[in-house]
Amino acid sequence: MRVLKNANIPFVKIRYYAYAVSIILILAGLGGLIVNGLNWSIDFTSGVAAKVNLKAKDTSVAPLKIDKLRSILKSNGYPEAEIQFVGPEEDATFMIKIKSKTSASAVSSDTKTQILEIIQTNLSDYIKGKDLGKDVIEEIYEVGPKVGGELRTAAGFAILISLLLMIVYIWFRFEFTFGVMAIVALFHDVFIIVGIFALTGKEITVQIIAALLTIVGYSINDTIVIFDRIREDLKIYRKEPVAEVFNRSINQTLTRTIITAGTTLLTALALYFFGGSVLHDFAFAMCLGIIFGTYSSIFMASNLVIDINAITHKEKQTMQHLTKRK
Amino acid sequence: MKKFSWRGLSIVIFICVTAFYLAPLAIPNLPEWWAKNKLKLGLDLRGGMQILLEVDTSELSAADARGAVDQNIKIIRERIDQFGVAEPSIQKLGENRIMVQLPGVSNYEAAENLIKQTAMLEFKLVVSGEEAKKVLDTVDLNISNNLSFFPKLAELDKKDKSILADKADSVKAGSGVFSSLVRPGEVDFEVQYSDVRLIQDLLADSLFQQAVPMGYQLALDKADTESARADRILHVLSSAVELSGADLAKAKVEYGSSTSTDPRIANKPYISIEMKREGSRKFERVTADNTGKRLAIVLDGVVYSAPNIQERISGGRAQITGKFTSSEANELAIVLNTGNLIAPIKPISTSIIGATLGSDSIRSGSMAGIIGLIAVVFFMLVYYKLCGFIADFVLVFNVGFILAMLTAFGATLTLPGIAGMILTIGMAVDANVLIYERIREELDQGKTPRSAVDAGYKRAVITVWDANLTTLIAAAVLYYFGTGPIRGFAVTLAIGIIGSMFCAIVFVRSILDTFVITGTSKKLSI
Repeated sequence: MRVLKNANIPFVKIRYYAYAVSIILILAGLGGLIVNGLNWSIDFTSGVAAKVNLKAKDTSVAPLKIDKLRSILKSNGYPEAEIQFVGPEEDATFMIKIKSKTSASAVSSDTKTQILEIIQTNLSDYIKGKDLGKDVIEEIYEVGPKVGGELRTAAGFAILISLLLMIVYIWFRFEFTFGVMAIVALFHDVFIIVGIFALTGKEITVQIIAALLTIVGYSINDTIVIFDRIREDLKIYRKEPVAEVFNRSINQTLTRTIITAGTTLLTALALYFFGGSVLHDFAFAMCLGIIFGTYSSIFMASNLVIDINAITHKEKQTMQHLTKRK
Repeated sequence: MKKFSWRGLSIVIFICVTAFYLAPLAIPNLPEWWAKNKLKLGLDLRGGMQILLEVDTSELSAADARGAVDQNIKIIRERIDQFGVAEPSIQKLGENRIMVQLPGVSNYEAAENLIKQTAMLEFKLVVSGEEAKKVLDTVDLNISNNLSFFPKLAELDKKDKSILADKADSVKAGSGVFSSLVRPGEVDFEVQYSDVRLIQDLLADSLFQQAVPMGYQLALDKADTESARADRILHVLSSAVELSGADLAKAKVEYGSSTSTDPRIANKPYISIEMKREGSRKFERVTADNTGKRLAIVLDGVVYSAPNIQERISGGRAQITGKFTSSEANELAIVLNTGNLIAPIKPISTSIIGATLGSDSIRSGSMAGIIGLIAVVFFMLVYYKLCGFIADFVLVFNVGFILAMLTAFGATLTLPGIAGMILTIGMAVDANVLIYERIREELDQGKTPRSAVDAGYKRAVITVWDANLTTLIAAAVLYYFGTGPIRGFAVTLAIGIIGSMFCAIVFVRSILDTFVITGTSKKLSI
């Protein structure tokens, strides 16, 4: 069995259509960013942390399960609440962290009242005989982000340096234009996914950032496999026009590109459909990443090299440089 | 007998390392040193320990106080990062509290200690001989004039008039109430174990500090953790700070060799410190001006060591020796490297905390992982037949290797981490796909299985290297410059890349060479 054996799709010729699709997607994402902004999760923003005691006075009431509390908060307007036990389970004391709905700065009494209302209507068994004022919500604070500004700056810096070093490595192993275009393709992938998250209003959590970084790794991998073939083919088909060699290389590696995308997509889809709500958005980002990472490797990175060389009239130099060494 | 092969040896090492780190997960009752290397589960899966800390900002202005909490959070994060507890959660709570959540509960006391240490490092000159004696005499005089301020000493003074007379005069440093508590040692003063507590309280008492003459300071040496009831040494120091923690560039734990002639470091851990340029200049001047005297290395008011200055020391390197255990030395080096806390912090409460994810999400996450894995394995089998089976077989080792290395690096497994690993599996077969596709191309050109495998590997390995090395460079940079979660991500990524490259290039190749392509096979099941 062979997938796409001896394919000959004119990828280079149809590149302008692909560019158009990408530009539309990027513009749409940009629109989403401007209109909606990004929905940063409680990992990145301030919120409210409340220590809530829900141990029933009546011993015949079974201790509250964390899953029950989670689903109650979820159906009452706090789908992203983070809940954990504080102390042993039979004490039924929970730490609930939610994004502050009104203002981020004040631990608003509003939030407190809202939580109390939800508890009163849904969990009345557990608070019977208790003083609502002080026995249920034991402590309530404004809580700072897990990933504060400092951590964010450090992470941004680390990512920037790693991108630069990737360019340097590709420059060394291939050629400068190839290095820059590979990174341009990465930005393309990440930007489109971030744009889709902005458009759909999905939360950006630490996990989503991890997914984006994974996508970067995946996409660069994919791109380099094609670059590698181009380098090899340029040495073999010296007389052919460069654009044709590029097209041949993309086609020759197409089977591998599709199979790898397929196996990775299989696992991402499994996470999406069977992974439960926590992994849903993570898997969603990964699926998008695999699709766009593959797309940009086929349509963007190497085609951009052709166009940039055409603009700068340095095609000959570039290709000589590429095939000279190694 | 076949000749020795590096490839075979590396596979054996690969499997042994994997087995070593995975054994604690599968086999109960392993010896302690082995069993403690167990893969930790993150706060989201297993929960852990929560420490609530309060920052004391009473000594600071309102503007400084606001910054102090954030600055302290940064320092605590660095300390925990270096301590190796991966994936902590550190958040500001209200105005001046910090909530630290650590996955797992083991070793949490050490972690708490590490968090709250202030670690004020100072270098001070030691005063000895007649000068030191004079200092004690002045202390005696000042105390006896104000005995009512020191109830404990007054009590001792009354009660001990008779007892003191019993003690031989020679063991006392002086006749006053304070100096009667210490006896002259070889070079400094010694304090009997039973009096250590009293002396410690006095040294911390600001009234007592006023009784010490201007320009001097008294300090005890570090307690020996292994023999806690030993007598201690009381040093008289000149209170001028010759060098401080601000002059420090880097601290590192080292071990003295067993053949070292210096008994303080022979076979023992010590901390070697490197000073900043300005600091090393100061250090050179101090050592030149004070050759022959002793320089005390004081940490949080305790003298760790007081070596003799034998000659001028340039280059700005010094050693802190002391009666350390190796874990103490490690903690100390971390604290020295991360700098002083801006404002003191005290723990308010500690409690066990549960997982942030419900058991249902953990179950469905693992379920999804298994489904994804089966899908990939099945695909490879159908598409590449026997070669696919080999790739699947090796994949099992690869997954084991990733888990084993995560254990070795002390990483913490979170649900997104597991998801990331599952995706790594999807990508891990990529190297195999690259190689197999290449072999098929070579077969299509009519080559024999033997030469097709050789040629396919030869070409594809270059691609695998280029593609993976680029990502590996990115992972190394993320690890080096990143903090917290970014570092954890980089480790997982790097392990995944190394594992799958090794499996595809070395492991699968060996199986192909040894079992599949023997002699003159005409066909390759691929």
